[in-house]
Amino acid sequence: MLHDAALVCGKDLRIELRSRVALNQVVPFAVAVLVLFGLALGPDRAVLAPAAAGLFWVAVLLSAVLAVQRSFAVESADDARDGLRLSGLDPAGIFLGKAAAVGAELLVLEGVLTIGVALLYGARLQGGLVLAGACLAATAGLAGVGILYGAMSTGLRVKETLLPLLLVPLVTPVLLGATKAWDEALAGTPSRAGGWLLLLAVFAVLYLAIGTVAFGPLLEDA
Amino acid sequence: MTTVLAPAPVRSGTRSGRWRVVAVRVVGAAALAGVVLTVWLGLWVTPQAVGFGNLVRLLYIHPPMAWVAFLAYGVASLASLLYLWPRTRHRRYDRLAGASAEVGVVFTGLTLVSGSIWGRPTWGTYWVWDPLLTSTAILFVLYLGYLALRRVPGDPEVVARRAAVAALVAFVDVPIVYFSVSWWRSLHQPPTIDFTGRHLYVHGSMAWTLLLGFVSFTLCYVWLMAHRYRLAALRDAEADAGLSAAIEERRAEAG
Repeated sequence: MLHDAALVCGKDLRIELRSRVALNQVVPFAVAVLVLFGLALGPDRAVLAPAAAGLFWVAVLLSAVLAVQRSFAVESADDARDGLRLSGLDPAGIFLGKAAAVGAELLVLEGVLTIGVALLYGARLQGGLVLAGACLAATAGLAGVGILYGAMSTGLRVKETLLPLLLVPLVTPVLLGATKAWDEALAGTPSRAGGWLLLLAVFAVLYLAIGTVAFGPLLEDA
Repeated sequence: MTTVLAPAPVRSGTRSGRWRVVAVRVVGAAALAGVVLTVWLGLWVTPQAVGFGNLVRLLYIHPPMAWVAFLAYGVASLASLLYLWPRTRHRRYDRLAGASAEVGVVFTGLTLVSGSIWGRPTWGTYWVWDPLLTSTAILFVLYLGYLALRRVPGDPEVVARRAAVAALVAFVDVPIVYFSVSWWRSLHQPPTIDFTGRHLYVHGSMAWTLLLGFVSFTLCYVWLMAHRYRLAALRDAEADAGLSAAIEERRAEAG
């Protein structure tokens, strides 16, 4: 299973390295969202800095929707999905591989956005370990749920509009947990973020497990 | 092309079908009578409550609505589980899940509206970021997504299986959402609304009216769901009939 996951993850990341769609489209989109938040809330840093964590994670969430859509757009061209289905790879491995690839892309994006909130909103970056831990756990959860729902809406005619509706309400706990963990870290009290990190980890493990079990049947009838 | 639709299977002709029709009608009549009685008791017979005045009358419908919403989601999740389980896989569980979730979404909407009507005079605002309220709103959107997924045109088998997975994924999310939102709220400034200041004692005719509200709204749920279920079954039958008619037509053309 893990070997299959590594194969699929490597394939998706190679496609991304050669096509650079996430880098050339999703990352600039996320930066534009950060700038728009700044314009909407005004240039006052006393307003922007305390809101930085929340705005950062909303931008990540919106970009995650795009990253998941891209991840399945890759499979829909030239009936690649049939190839994937017939390849004999373990469905759980395919799920974990695709989730890992989307997760890796999101982690790069979060790195760029972290610099963005520091520069644009004047957020003081501290508690690096908590920031990184929250990024890892939240990204695992987002990628897991995203790939699960991406498979669910793939092949449907209205997938572009259906996926955000399914995904966004479901990941409310991720948005809350990651935002609060970042809030605590940025406020200089990273020790109080432990519970939120645990929440993020539980969410990630739970949905990665559900996805591992449910992906097979979902892939079969795509 | 003319589409010849075979008549939908009317099961009311059979003995068990007749019983089913009668049972649904009895439940419908009981639900109507119960709601009318609840309204009469709630608006005219029961007294005002100390500290709440006439507002207390919302008590007879708001908790029953919320109960029906949760009951409906519970039934939808159970039916989805039965559908996913290979041994019990049958389209009737898919229909049951869909019908129940539809009624659940309607009652979640009603719960939110009646809660806001209660909130305006009590708290001075239509909306507070209370964990229960916020979770209910997220629940509402979650199941709207589920219903949207069900409505997508496609192979019924495929859509049913995806919908069943989505229903369970959403159901698992509900306690996590509630937990995280209540934790989030508890860390913010102390609640501006004082829930403890005024106690509401439910007694005598109030208690009976509330109980009647629960019973009659549950009957409403059963009645509405039975009809939505029947409609879903007829739609499935119509689609099947349309397909076989089209196949017959092609055969006739080829022959």
